[in-house]
Amino acid sequence: MIVAIASGKGGTGKTTVAVNLALSLSGDVQLLDCDVEAPNAHLFLQAEPAGHEVVGIPVPEVDGDLCNQCGECSRLCQYNAIAVLGTSVVVFPELCHGCGGCALVCPENAIREVMRPIGVVEEGHARNVHLVQGRLYVGEALVPPLIREVRAKGHEEGMVLIDAPPGTSCSMIAAVRGSDFVVLVTEPTPFGLNDLALAVETVRTLGIPFGVVINRAGSGDDRVKEYCAAESLEILLEIPDDRRIAEAYARGLTLVDAIPDIRPLFASLAAQIEALPPITAERPAEKSLAHVRP
Amino acid sequence: MKVVVTSMGEGVDSEVDPRFGRASKFVLVDTETSETTSADNSAGVDATHGAGVQAAETISRLGAECLITGHCGPKAFRALQAAGIEIYTGASGTVAEAIEQLRSGDLQRSGGPDVGGHWG
Amino acid sequence: MSGRDSLSTSLPIAGAQAMHARVPELVVISGKGGTGKTSVVASFAELAHDVVVADCDVDAADLHLVLAPEILESHLFVSGHEAVIRQADCDSSGTCKAVCRFDAVMEIERPRGFVIDPLACEGCGVCVELCPSRAIDFPERTCGEWFLSTTRMGPLVHARLGIAAENSGKLVSIVRNEARNAAAANGSSMILVDGPPGIGCPVIAAVTGAAGVLVVTEPTVSGAHDMERVLELAAHFQIPAAVCVNRWDINPEGAESIEARARNHGAAIVGRIRYDAVVTRAQVAGRAVVELGGGAADDIRTVWDHVQRWMEG
Repeated sequence: MIVAIASGKGGTGKTTVAVNLALSLSGDVQLLDCDVEAPNAHLFLQAEPAGHEVVGIPVPEVDGDLCNQCGECSRLCQYNAIAVLGTSVVVFPELCHGCGGCALVCPENAIREVMRPIGVVEEGHARNVHLVQGRLYVGEALVPPLIREVRAKGHEEGMVLIDAPPGTSCSMIAAVRGSDFVVLVTEPTPFGLNDLALAVETVRTLGIPFGVVINRAGSGDDRVKEYCAAESLEILLEIPDDRRIAEAYARGLTLVDAIPDIRPLFASLAAQIEALPPITAERPAEKSLAHVRP
Repeated sequence: MKVVVTSMGEGVDSEVDPRFGRASKFVLVDTETSETTSADNSAGVDATHGAGVQAAETISRLGAECLITGHCGPKAFRALQAAGIEIYTGASGTVAEAIEQLRSGDLQRSGGPDVGGHWG
Repeated sequence: MSGRDSLSTSLPIAGAQAMHARVPELVVISGKGGTGKTSVVASFAELAHDVVVADCDVDAADLHLVLAPEILESHLFVSGHEAVIRQADCDSSGTCKAVCRFDAVMEIERPRGFVIDPLACEGCGVCVELCPSRAIDFPERTCGEWFLSTTRMGPLVHARLGIAAENSGKLVSIVRNEARNAAAANGSSMILVDGPPGIGCPVIAAVTGAAGVLVVTEPTVSGAHDMERVLELAAHFQIPAAVCVNRWDINPEGAESIEARARNHGAAIVGRIRYDAVVTRAQVAGRAVVELGGGAADDIRTVWDHVQRWMEG
């Protein structure tokens, strides 16, 4: 079972929900931290590091002896990452998306691919949680390939939680695509509502069932709840606007450790997640084709 | 010598465009014959990334031997070097004035990029 | 020099930008989302005179909810391409699926065939090139929209990035360029940019060439961690950075420690903003915090003064 925790807006509490939910589930859980620009789950889990792998994008390397400067590679490249200039071919690896096209079309077989590192995938363990996180190198532009590598480490069986990056762009899609259920975390404010609506549209387009968690409940107004009612969205949990929560979070403590009366809230969320219908033969990745069928 | 100047307009009395990758236009002047042509930089202007690379390809195809512009970023610099095009930065005024500055030795040949990469 | 004066006072040709007559840009970023960056920008927009505001947080933009823009112009943002199989011409060779590096090609059972998922297609064009029956179209993709608007606080340039769109920074760059044009045309003294979260391409596109970045952070372990990554980014691009801790009283020791870390990175400390329920009330009312008043509003005014002095000095 793959459950993604996502949000249109940053800072609503995705990581808080992901971490505390993971700790409240019975049995072992794998948590994939796909917020690779700013992975934070490890700070709360204080996971024992167990593995570290450098991840890269395959970028072209041209054999000058075989190359005849025909320019087919450059013609195909959508990213201006390879260009014929003067009598040589120049590669701009930082622009390359790793599509492999240039190597495939080169009539002289002059192009091979080499790995350009963009970040690391690290693994760790804490209590019942096996954490896998991606961490993008500072200055790197391309995010989704690293997220895909983190997702590739996801177990086929058992409970897998995904801490997704905020927003609804290709990074969030790379993190959430193919999951069985999405938990959308929001806050009862105009920003929260605006971004929840965007996230709902995204998850509906992906064709994945979802529910809503309202964090800092009571702090703003009722428009988020009204929106959920109007859209028939299930509210899985409301986390109260409690200064103790803000303080525990600020210190890097998990809520289930720091605030005993919060535990039943996450236990209830865990129970709802555990009660989700089992995966049928047709996974959502296929179901999501509804939006593309001719 | 075939000199390309980044420009806001098509003629030699147009203002120099200080950018290279996203320059509006290129004015090509053959300093021996005084023949002048101009070209759009649509490839550079439209590029998501790598505008400098596209612009370098464009002027290389125009036959440029020398480029005069305001600033040149790192990818553009690499591309221009590979194409064997001499780079002069720090130009301002009109295209005609910039070429005059080149002729009278007032422009310095660039040894490297003079601005950081743009990502846009 | 003959070029300068005409560039700074005349309305430039679309896209033109005079580096030597450049209006300074202050980019407000956070590393971590949710630290209060947009709320701070809204208040700065209210306090500032003669500014153009650019909302570069294009993936889930919120600033317009406070600034209430009246849209004067809207433009589609077309970028890149997507691959679409013409089913009638497909002979099910499966070449597209075999070459796609982005897992965007799905096989359908009944009838047997292939379909490209637009949410995963990166528009690389490899399948289009290699399909043996040339059955794949490669249209341009509309990835969002950008707008030129007017607000009670002055001109606003903003945008909406479409769902699943490539967040390459190109739309951010368009917003910045249009803001520069507007600033040049209006004779504005500054461009105030609401930056995106993270450290990837959109942030890079938002900060390059800025006069300075202001990192709005929070006194939390996550906030500190992400602030450091974003300060590294600013240093990488050689942009001066200042830091302001929001909701500092949630964790005073954390606030001290974050400020110390910021100083170690060479950032200027421009003040602190206290936790205040007025901040949410202002947002709910569609107002900037300084339009309502209170403790946080006073703190924001102080931060704004310090930021202005830091930018001048």
